[in-house]
Amino acid sequence: MIRVVLPQHLRTLANVGNEVTLEVDGQPTLGAVLDAIEARYPVLRGTIRDHVTLKRRPFVRFFACQEDLSHDPPETRLPDTVATGAEPFLVVGAMAGG
Amino acid sequence: MSSVRVLVGTRKGAFVLTSDGKRKNWNVSGPHFAGWEVYHLKGSPADPNRLYASQSSGWFGQVIQRSSDGGATWETVGNKFVYDGTPGTHMWYDGTPHPWEFKRVWHIEPSATDPDTIYAGVEDAAFFRSTDAGQNWQELKGLRTHDSGSRWQPGAGGLCLHTILVDPTNPQRIFVAISAAGAFRTDDGGQTWRPINKGLRSEGIPDQTAEVGHCVHRLAMHKSRPNVLFMQKHWDVMRSDDGGDSWREVSGNLPTDFGFPIDVHAHEPETIYVVPIKSDSEHFPPDGKLRVYRSRTGGNEWEALTNGLPQRDCYVNVLRDSMAVDSLDSCGIYFGTTGGQVYGSADAGDTWAPLVRDLPPVLSVEVQTLK
Repeated sequence: MIRVVLPQHLRTLANVGNEVTLEVDGQPTLGAVLDAIEARYPVLRGTIRDHVTLKRRPFVRFFACQEDLSHDPPETRLPDTVATGAEPFLVVGAMAGG
Repeated sequence: MSSVRVLVGTRKGAFVLTSDGKRKNWNVSGPHFAGWEVYHLKGSPADPNRLYASQSSGWFGQVIQRSSDGGATWETVGNKFVYDGTPGTHMWYDGTPHPWEFKRVWHIEPSATDPDTIYAGVEDAAFFRSTDAGQNWQELKGLRTHDSGSRWQPGAGGLCLHTILVDPTNPQRIFVAISAAGAFRTDDGGQTWRPINKGLRSEGIPDQTAEVGHCVHRLAMHKSRPNVLFMQKHWDVMRSDDGGDSWREVSGNLPTDFGFPIDVHAHEPETIYVVPIKSDSEHFPPDGKLRVYRSRTGGNEWEALTNGLPQRDCYVNVLRDSMAVDSLDSCGIYFGTTGGQVYGSADAGDTWAPLVRDLPPVLSVEVQTLK
């Protein structure tokens, strides 16, 4: 079980609370978790990463276990503590703008 | 009794203002989609309770919302706007080629006859259509792939397709405007397009009468005379009597012929409205006086409408999609400002009053007249 924390605006879009839980088969990777988020909540397609290229939107960041995974490739394995649900995977809207 | 619904898009959400036919007391609903930019929302003429809204953010991109109950509740629909084929390049500010990149939907135009058919004008400039109530979007690429497309350059606000007018007598004929490429027309439902900028003169481009490159801010049409078009250009108010084949200037005695919106009285095709704005770069009303100008002669002869509008210390702007008219017997006209006011007049502009004063900066205003 993967715990995912979404930024407020995406929680509103997906109509979910502070944290959602997802099942990912096998050792979860960054890309697999994003796939699972979009599969569970299709309304979030295009809001975290581009529809076609699947590149992360510039003002979205991915954090876990005090590490910034934003620039890591999709096949990056997530830390075991995220894979076990001990720590959440954070999707963060960059603090910028007005 | 008739009623009026005013749809307001702002920098931080959408608002729905409603009133009865007297248009004196207004109920304000919102913000819908709080914190998101709502460039435009508009109702279907075929089903007035069907609304569509363009919701976007620099963080999370584009979302399209649909309502089936006049804006009381909303549901998200498709947000996949993908250019058809290899997009290629347009010209960047510095004159170099720049890849076409989708940024946002500026304008939504529902079909007059089918609530499930909608057109969308987007940045970077392209023309999209949905025939399933917004679930799926297809680009009609004939516009973007016009021979001149690689020479289109963005205006300061981006390379945006911001105006869509469908000929009510012939839905195969559609007019669009792009900043800063100009006006274009299709006569085959969007498959092929041609520039319609003959007669425009723009000092900011090397060839002042070029086929494309004009910063058209807005087009307007009266539904009874679809061959007569009015245009607010970056500078100049223009008129065409031949479906855009040629244009002539009708700025006349305006204090400045710069501005963004232009609209036509619901019952008087020769009565038009603009909001003169000081430019370049100031983009506020001359002398701090917010004045709508009305021409009852289709241009050239203009009168200032000031009753109820601030006539001192007013330095707001009125953006291109922020003016609309209702179709009650005494035509109502409405506009929103970057200061968050929405003003309305129930007597065709003779007197004005704020419907609401302190919204976020207003990006768009649309009006529905409900029976």
